[in-house]
Amino acid sequence: MDQISNLLAITLAAILANNFIFSQFLGICPFLGVSKKVDTAVGMGIAVTFVMGLASAITWVVNQFILVKLDLMYMQTVAFILVIAALVQFIEMFLQKSMPSLYTALGVYLPLITTNCAVLGVALLNIQESYNFIESVVYGITGGIGFLLAIVLFASIRERLVFADYPKCFEGFPIALVTAGLMALAFMGFSGLKIW
Amino acid sequence: MNIVFAIVVLGVLGALFGFILAVASKIFEVKKDPREEAILSHLAGANCGGCGFPGCGGCAAAILAGDAPVTACAPAGAENAAAIAKIMGMEAPTGERQVAFVRCTGGTNAKKRFEYVGVKDCISATKVAGGPLECAFGCLGFGSCVNACQFGAMSIGPNGTAVVDPEKCTACMACASACPRHLIVSVPVSKKVHVGCANQDKGKAAMNVCATSCIGCGLCQKECKKDAIHVENGVAVIDYSKCVGCKLCTKVCPRDAILPVATAEEKEKYKAIKKAQAEKAKAAAEASASK
Repeated sequence: MDQISNLLAITLAAILANNFIFSQFLGICPFLGVSKKVDTAVGMGIAVTFVMGLASAITWVVNQFILVKLDLMYMQTVAFILVIAALVQFIEMFLQKSMPSLYTALGVYLPLITTNCAVLGVALLNIQESYNFIESVVYGITGGIGFLLAIVLFASIRERLVFADYPKCFEGFPIALVTAGLMALAFMGFSGLKIW
Repeated sequence: MNIVFAIVVLGVLGALFGFILAVASKIFEVKKDPREEAILSHLAGANCGGCGFPGCGGCAAAILAGDAPVTACAPAGAENAAAIAKIMGMEAPTGERQVAFVRCTGGTNAKKRFEYVGVKDCISATKVAGGPLECAFGCLGFGSCVNACQFGAMSIGPNGTAVVDPEKCTACMACASACPRHLIVSVPVSKKVHVGCANQDKGKAAMNVCATSCIGCGLCQKECKKDAIHVENGVAVIDYSKCVGCKLCTKVCPRDAILPVATAEEKEKYKAIKKAQAEKAKAAAEASASK
């Protein structure tokens, strides 16, 4: 029971209170880049969720069984970047083969997941919070779901923004950044959220 | 010792991942159309974006899909376009190399309405009360086109307007889309006579804003023996399919708006020749009348 409530707390924190985008400001590049259409935003969100979950699992194993055992903890960042880069490359090949339409929709942003700091962030946060394997994986996946939620909400707002009447100088990224800022403020409301 | 250990561990990790990826690339291999690679090898490879596709890879895919013409990559030139056409099983396209040309020689000759001190960028400058120039058509000289050029072919010339180096220009026309005044056009590289003004105002209105503006007087149109230059919308425009480069128009232009600008000497000489011809014709007419 204790375990489950703990996981639930991690889940809620990752999706709402400590949302990767709106309260930790990680992964802003794809958040702004792939949020023009809900379809591609969903694709990107799922891809990031997938990568974050897998990366959490693999980096935890790498950290626990290689870096800690060999007393090479200070190499975490480098080792994790290596893992994430290889993982993204692998997923890219996989998508190109099995889901070509998603592959073309994601375009250049798929390889950019390599440099998505949310992915590296989740790997490092897992270590920082000294999560165990299950907690790490849950945190990775739910963090990704938080990203998915944020990017889909944002994309649907941006789709409607096209028809909004705002000053011309706000066109494009300025209005997107204003919107993102307002959404971050809204998500601050979740920061008081606590389960028992 | 520690550092060697760290390097070895990371090296082994890297090698392991590399091996996995190598295996995966075989398993998940997607058969690409070999023609795409072949086309890509004939593109310029500068990723300039002049074709409107995301990079050369995107352009190659578009050519293969038939969404773009085989000549979509201007920087690659006619030879490569022909090679691509061959890959696609089409006729080689004809037509000579084009280069960009800036239709303005105003710059320091043009009158200023105010001193612009904002961001050194043409688009920003046009947003401030329509730009610092009195002329609504002229080159602002802040070099948005220079920044857009991936080939180093553009520069701001001595008199403050953008100029194209035809040697380096690949006619990708990235500069044309960067120019807020739409001054840049593509012209055949062999043609040397160009109208260096795009001001559509007529007469006094055009004369007041710039020392080298085309006022639409039509002298060039009258002088041209090949019917190759016409005043359209208040500005002279050369029909490059007819122009033979005789430069007669440059010699009669009272505004020095046609390039290459004729020197005063040349103009005098031409005037004298014309006068002599006119007298000769008159004399001949009189002679035939008295007969």
